Amino acid sequence: MPETKKFLYVNRKAPYGTIYAQEALEVVLIGAAFEQDVSLAFLDDGVYQITKGQNTKEVSMKNFSLTYKALGDYDVNKIYVEQESLDARGLTLDDLLPLAWEDEDDDWAKKDSIKVVSAAEMAKIMEQSDIVFSF
Amino acid sequence: MKFSVMISEGPYTHQASDTAYHFTKAALEDGHECFRIFFYHDGVNNGTRLASPPQDDRNIVNRWSELAKEYKLDLVLCIAAAQRRGIADADEAKRNGKNADNIAPGFRISGLGQLIEAGIQSDRLVTFGD
Repeated sequence: MPETKKFLYVNRKAPYGTIYAQEALEVVLIGAAFEQDVSLAFLDDGVYQITKGQNTKEVSMKNFSLTYKALGDYDVNKIYVEQESLDARGLTLDDLLPLAWEDEDDDWAKKDSIKVVSAAEMAKIMEQSDIVFSF
Repeated sequence: MKFSVMISEGPYTHQASDTAYHFTKAALEDGHECFRIFFYHDGVNNGTRLASPPQDDRNIVNRWSELAKEYKLDLVLCIAAAQRRGIADADEAKRNGKNADNIAPGFRISGLGQLIEAGIQSDRLVTFGD
């Protein structure tokens, strides 16, 4: 498969009320092996997926939020979070997991993966993508 | 045009599988080519042959099997999603120590890579779900 396409995974749902977030992450991890151009978007309640300090012990569900930290190792380092969704929920960048990646072209410098963007910028990112998975 | 479809919801509870079926049938009748239909999340429940809906209702599972036969469709159930929800073919049942399988004719079980490949190989990937 010689072709490279721009894949965008759009995450819009809270992490534990339904299985969509967890199974979306499984697609991202498998998809990372295909050497495509991958971006992730978090908006609406999806922003809760990457909040810090998740604890699922009392609900007997798997806390898969730690897996997001591994995305950088899979070369998944373009993570867009919608500003309006954060604002509406009283969240800021400081409430989110410090997702980062190491840039091998820059002496393995550690760089932030998350970029907070406006709804209008998010629309452009969607428009410029070839494949949009919405979970 | 070459298209693929992802179905994210189970039958009857949600409209996704119905709409995906009508879309796929119409597109095929119009001469378009379907690369793959991928069932994910609760969508894997569209692939159990044990479904027995009332006689006066549509049979969503059989409808997919028949369309697959007519157009040689590739109906793929995600293996991880299927394992969680108890959908198995003979090999999967054996591998997981189960005494029965329930996959419907025309469906096969495979990995998420098949979904990514469908995205790469198709002109359009159309998702049906919430």
